Amino acid sequence: MTVAQIVFLITAAVMLGSAFMVVTTKNLVHAALWLIVTLFGAAVLFATLNAGFIAVIQVVVYIGAIAILFIFAVMLTRRTMSETGAGLNPNWWLSAAIAVILFGGLAWLLRGWDGFSKAAPALPSGFDSVGALAQALVSPEAYVLPFEVASVLLLAALVGAVYIAFQKKGEE
Amino acid sequence: MIPLSWYLVLSAALFSIGLFGVLARRNAVAILLGIELMLNAVNINLVSFWRYNDPTRMDGQVFAVIVFAVAAAEVAVGLALIISVYRRRNTVAADEIDLMKW
Repeated sequence: MTVAQIVFLITAAVMLGSAFMVVTTKNLVHAALWLIVTLFGAAVLFATLNAGFIAVIQVVVYIGAIAILFIFAVMLTRRTMSETGAGLNPNWWLSAAIAVILFGGLAWLLRGWDGFSKAAPALPSGFDSVGALAQALVSPEAYVLPFEVASVLLLAALVGAVYIAFQKKGEE
Repeated sequence: MIPLSWYLVLSAALFSIGLFGVLARRNAVAILLGIELMLNAVNINLVSFWRYNDPTRMDGQVFAVIVFAVAAAEVAVGLALIISVYRRRNTVAADEIDLMKW
């Protein structure tokens, strides 16, 4: 057992436990807070994978923006949630069965793949993954077009979100 | 060193938990929380394939960045829809939003 493996196992246990809490807690504010724990665990995993930029983005965008947005939405729609009773469907066991079958199927599928227990290749010495990512995102030979499309998508989505959630005068 | 299989199994488990949340929760906000879990599982997969395949090719990380952008857009529009529905129907339980149900 190396240190990296111990870090991974602890992070994985925390992530799975908090993910389970996300989908089972009745109180949605608590569920959103557990989601933050899970997202933070994912950031730790990105750091163990030498993807520092993605780890920082995970903390800034996911925890700093998306999770906070969730907490706001829970607070804005809160009133009825305590009245509606159970947080789960009456036939939640069917969903649980589907999830377990999916996990079993994925594990079975992955076990048959010969690259499954591959070890990581060493990074080339002096390799700058952030610089390489930046070049890949703006180079015309690589991903400049998807990058621009993603920015247009974000703009359109935000304008659409403002329009949908906007309350017109005299409407209540 | 951690073998690739650990990351893949963890992300499969996370994806299954997220799927359970999407299928079983009644609250629409909780369904979006499940979708976030699934997107995160996919991101872990993408970044670990980047690291374990050929780290000098950035495709996996670029894909993860695009997933971040799409997830942000999806959450913004999804929560706006939920708030809008809540204003009109005064509920966010997915089984009570049945206006278009036959």
